[in-house]
Amino acid sequence: MNIYTRRRIANSVVMTLSVAATAFGLLWLVLVLWTLLENGVAAITPALFSQMTPPPGSAGGLLNAIFGSVVMTLIATLIGTPTGILAGTFLAEYSRGSRFGEVVRFINDILLSAPSIIVGLFVYEIVVVPMGHFSAWAGAVALAIIVIPVVVRTTEDMLNLVPNALREAASALGSPKWKVIVMVSYRAAIQGMVTGIMLAVARIAGETAPLLFTALNNQFWSTDLNAPMANLPVVIFQFAMSPYADWQTLAWGGALLITLTVLFLNIGARALASWSTFKQ
Amino acid sequence: MTLQEQTVPADITVVERIAERGGRAGSIGDVVFRALTFLFALLVLLILGGVIVALIEGAWPALRTFGFSFVVTEVWNPVTEKFGALAPIYGTLVTSAIAMLVGIPVAFGVAVFITEICPLWLKRPLATMIELLAAIPSIIYGIWGLFVFAPFVQQYIQPAIIDTLGQVPGIGALFAGPPLGIGVLTAGFILAIMVLPFISSIMRDVFETVPPMLKESAYGLGATRGEVVWQVVLPYTRIGVVGGIMLGLGRALGETMAVTFVIGNAHRISASILQPGTTISASLANEFTEAFGDLYRSSLIALGFILFIITFIVLAIAKLMLLELQKRAGS
Repeated sequence: MNIYTRRRIANSVVMTLSVAATAFGLLWLVLVLWTLLENGVAAITPALFSQMTPPPGSAGGLLNAIFGSVVMTLIATLIGTPTGILAGTFLAEYSRGSRFGEVVRFINDILLSAPSIIVGLFVYEIVVVPMGHFSAWAGAVALAIIVIPVVVRTTEDMLNLVPNALREAASALGSPKWKVIVMVSYRAAIQGMVTGIMLAVARIAGETAPLLFTALNNQFWSTDLNAPMANLPVVIFQFAMSPYADWQTLAWGGALLITLTVLFLNIGARALASWSTFKQ
Repeated sequence: MTLQEQTVPADITVVERIAERGGRAGSIGDVVFRALTFLFALLVLLILGGVIVALIEGAWPALRTFGFSFVVTEVWNPVTEKFGALAPIYGTLVTSAIAMLVGIPVAFGVAVFITEICPLWLKRPLATMIELLAAIPSIIYGIWGLFVFAPFVQQYIQPAIIDTLGQVPGIGALFAGPPLGIGVLTAGFILAIMVLPFISSIMRDVFETVPPMLKESAYGLGATRGEVVWQVVLPYTRIGVVGGIMLGLGRALGETMAVTFVIGNAHRISASILQPGTTISASLANEFTEAFGDLYRSSLIALGFILFIITFIVLAIAKLMLLELQKRAGS
């Protein structure tokens, strides 16, 4: 076999393996989504949205858990978004090249990938222990801490894409810097920033680990933010691990609901980003 | 838009000078706004500092009681209040190692396919689909792993492994035991699927930074696509590739829910990777809310502290490597 044939064979082997790897990766996406649909669709009934989580052996729904998840995600987003945007603004507009900015950026990137269960432990120590009990507030704070690094990162990236000429034009008209940032930079980067917020919401919508020791769970309808509150991920965890068939069905229904929400947010965010004014 | 590319920092450009000179009405607003954004940037550092302080404080009773032996003891007995972290640390490292062994080659293949082979129209949808693997919440992988994947592994994969690899002298002990479905190997494999999109998207990004001129020169000399990848793209991006791998490793080490569902939660070290085990995060998820007794709870927080240190180091190395690549690409 001459060297050319050998090289050609080696090349086709590498290329085939690479195609196989891609197919292998996609296979799991299809498999996971397929099983979710297969097991979850049957559980999506009106009762799922109108009844409380049942005791084992009786019928019920996930209303209290859906409500709890929405409330905590909303509060976490309301706390995390302004915090993240302001911190990201500092990094992009005030700290280019400064040592402090570099450190914040570095730490923020680490928080971005840090295990979420650690965030749960942290909030347990600083909120649950002083308060003396688990609460929806603690859950929301834990989720907010996960939102912040995502929003900081996207805000900074998007502001960096805004052309300096826009800022200079506004300054030349006599605007103070804060006005330039709020009226020009933010406006130019708004699509990207919204994308970041959507991705952050998608990330916390399915987070379970930080809620285990903060919001805990609640079998009943509760709107008291000072008390443990039901939420979809923890209910799925509890119900799926149980030996009861009714509970497992509800867990599949909840899992499908969360996945659809998360995928919808992700695809929406990507679509929005691709219309963004400034591209990298 | 050429101005966009200028590297002059925004705060010493014309903007600042004009704003300083003519900052009459806006000067108070500027001071306030700058201080406000500064405070929130500081908050990011405070969160990290707070995490470290809170974890040390919570872990202190356990660390004081057991000292260094905490890290090297396997015993985990809530009744006699003897706790050692060795089994969960071992489980964390082994599951992550399996995840890397499976995940890295696949991620590399995906990145090569997307950057080098894939037709242009397919690039974006394909990249998005692979990244959606990362968007699926951990708990979904958990419930899927428990009800679908583990039974499949039990029925088909584990018996095959036990009959083949399990019979090989020497390494046979690694693959011994009854096929249970759940266990260290299953957990590691699910982790591999979960970290795949993180590693492959970084690899893809760094592969795109290779100057086309370099690749074209190699092609011009008659190199095949495979040779270009191995001898041009990979050497050029080595540090970024390693950075991406470390980032994936950081994710795998701390992943909680998927592992909790399928690892079996047994506080022991088995020679066989087919047997149940536990990881740091799975122990926390399973036991924390039911841990009565200060020492028990404190031991769990100490586990969390160890996990935090390990992931912090891994992620910091990943970040430094990627920064290095960025610096080199910029110069």
